[in-house]
Amino acid sequence: MIRAALMLLCLALPANAAPEEDSVLAGLSQNRIAITAAFDGTELLIFGTVKRSAPMRGETPPGIIVTVSGPSQEITVRRKERWAGIWVNRAALKINRAPSFYAIATSGPLTEVLSFTDDLRYSVSIPQAIRTVGAAHTVEYTDLFTDALVRIRSRADLYQNNESTVNILEDTLFDTSITLPANLVEGDYVVRLLLTRDREVISTFETEIYVQKVGLERFVYNLAHEQPLLYGLLSLVLAIGAGWAASQAFRFVRG
Amino acid sequence: MQLYLPIAEVSINAFLLLGIGGLVGILSGMFGVGGGFLITPLLFFIGIPPAVAVATSANQIVASSFSALLAHLKRKTVDLRMGTVLLIGGLIGSFLGVQVFNLLRQLGQVDLLVNIFYVVFLGIIGAMMFVESLNAIRRSRKGGRVTRRHHTWIQALPLKVKFRKSGLYISVIPPVIVGILVGILAAIMGVGGGFIMVPAMIYLLGMPTKVVIGTSLFQIVFVTAATTLLHATTNYTVDIMLGLLLIVGGVIGAQVGTRIGTRMNAEQLRILLAGLVLLVCGKLAFDLLVPPDEVYSITEGWS
Repeated sequence: MIRAALMLLCLALPANAAPEEDSVLAGLSQNRIAITAAFDGTELLIFGTVKRSAPMRGETPPGIIVTVSGPSQEITVRRKERWAGIWVNRAALKINRAPSFYAIATSGPLTEVLSFTDDLRYSVSIPQAIRTVGAAHTVEYTDLFTDALVRIRSRADLYQNNESTVNILEDTLFDTSITLPANLVEGDYVVRLLLTRDREVISTFETEIYVQKVGLERFVYNLAHEQPLLYGLLSLVLAIGAGWAASQAFRFVRG
Repeated sequence: MQLYLPIAEVSINAFLLLGIGGLVGILSGMFGVGGGFLITPLLFFIGIPPAVAVATSANQIVASSFSALLAHLKRKTVDLRMGTVLLIGGLIGSFLGVQVFNLLRQLGQVDLLVNIFYVVFLGIIGAMMFVESLNAIRRSRKGGRVTRRHHTWIQALPLKVKFRKSGLYISVIPPVIVGILVGILAAIMGVGGGFIMVPAMIYLLGMPTKVVIGTSLFQIVFVTAATTLLHATTNYTVDIMLGLLLIVGGVIGAQVGTRIGTRMNAEQLRILLAGLVLLVCGKLAFDLLVPPDEVYSITEGWS
């Protein structure tokens, strides 16, 4: 199916486009992810093509970088320290913006496909995607806190560094897949593609995926937030009903 | 089978949740404790956010205690008048507790204070019950009569009321204070508070063991119901799906537990409960003292 889609993409490209810069085009296997009760994560396939302005003339092959980032959140990272014999949260770092999910996939080792200046400019690598403006005033060694954030979220598969996982065919077609874990936050996820040559970004492409709760999940979430009293009462009625029903059932079974 | 929980926003194995509910239900029926002191730390451990764990376990306790309360009402082992006095205190305490809980959450110290509360309360009460039960067993072995102690200062307080079912004529002040304390714990720790109320009723108020469990369940059902509503309307942290899974496991467990409980004598029951309380206390104290694997933690928001 992917191969067919790739073919279609190639055919769709105008044969004699204006000869400017090389650019990049891509498609996704899904652009809407529904969180249902049985949601257990999903795999996102990203495929596309490098649109060439001129035939390749012995230049270096292109680099492709794909990033997927979830809605940004303000977060607080706290560190426990031993205090009066017990471990207590003491120092805290407030982070302006940290993506709730961030995955990066590249066609080669990151340092070989992207220069440090372009990493800064486009906020590509995981540390660059986290904003800690003005944080240095609150605690010493800010890096320790941001490292901890990356470490903890990487363990939960929320931050993924998948270097050399983008396959490039004939220097024009490429595809990769990114695994989205079950604990996704709702919102718009931005998928970004960067085409690089000689470690410089020469073209970008951006699209979005909408992640949202549907069906029962949506209903429960909305009710809890829009009608909290009704929701609270419903929780109690269900709880007491279940308790009573089970005790009756148990009595019936026991005679 | 993985299940995505709409309010907790995590995906958890449904059978794990049923199992936790069942285990806690058995304890609930056996000892007349809501089991919240076990269920809340277990929910933390499997990755439910603390605020959701506390609020939802209050909801779960309503159900598991309700089915156990029905069993006690049928056996007429509930002192309704004493229960109502404890309940009035409990509702006041629950309201205060939710305010304190929100304040602690803003300070980022909710886990620490909840843990310290657990260690202190479980430690004191577990040790007290253990010693008392050992003494009682020793006395009964010698063939002597187990006498109930009446505290003279409690006898001296005003506003005395006759509690016929408990065979007591005491002031309403001590039970109201016990109720307030239990209400605060219900809101902060996500517990029914049976583990503190049962010993207080036996040792402080001098109630007969026979009516203690039923009466404490009566108070627990109403106080945890109020706590659930308060958390649902102020924090939106009650997860109905998580609650229902815990309940389905819990109600079955509670029925089994009540039957086990009636077959054992009161002293054995008390010594078992004391052992269990001390075990949970020890585990939590250990976690506070031993260097954690990860000293950093993440919370959403800047508050």
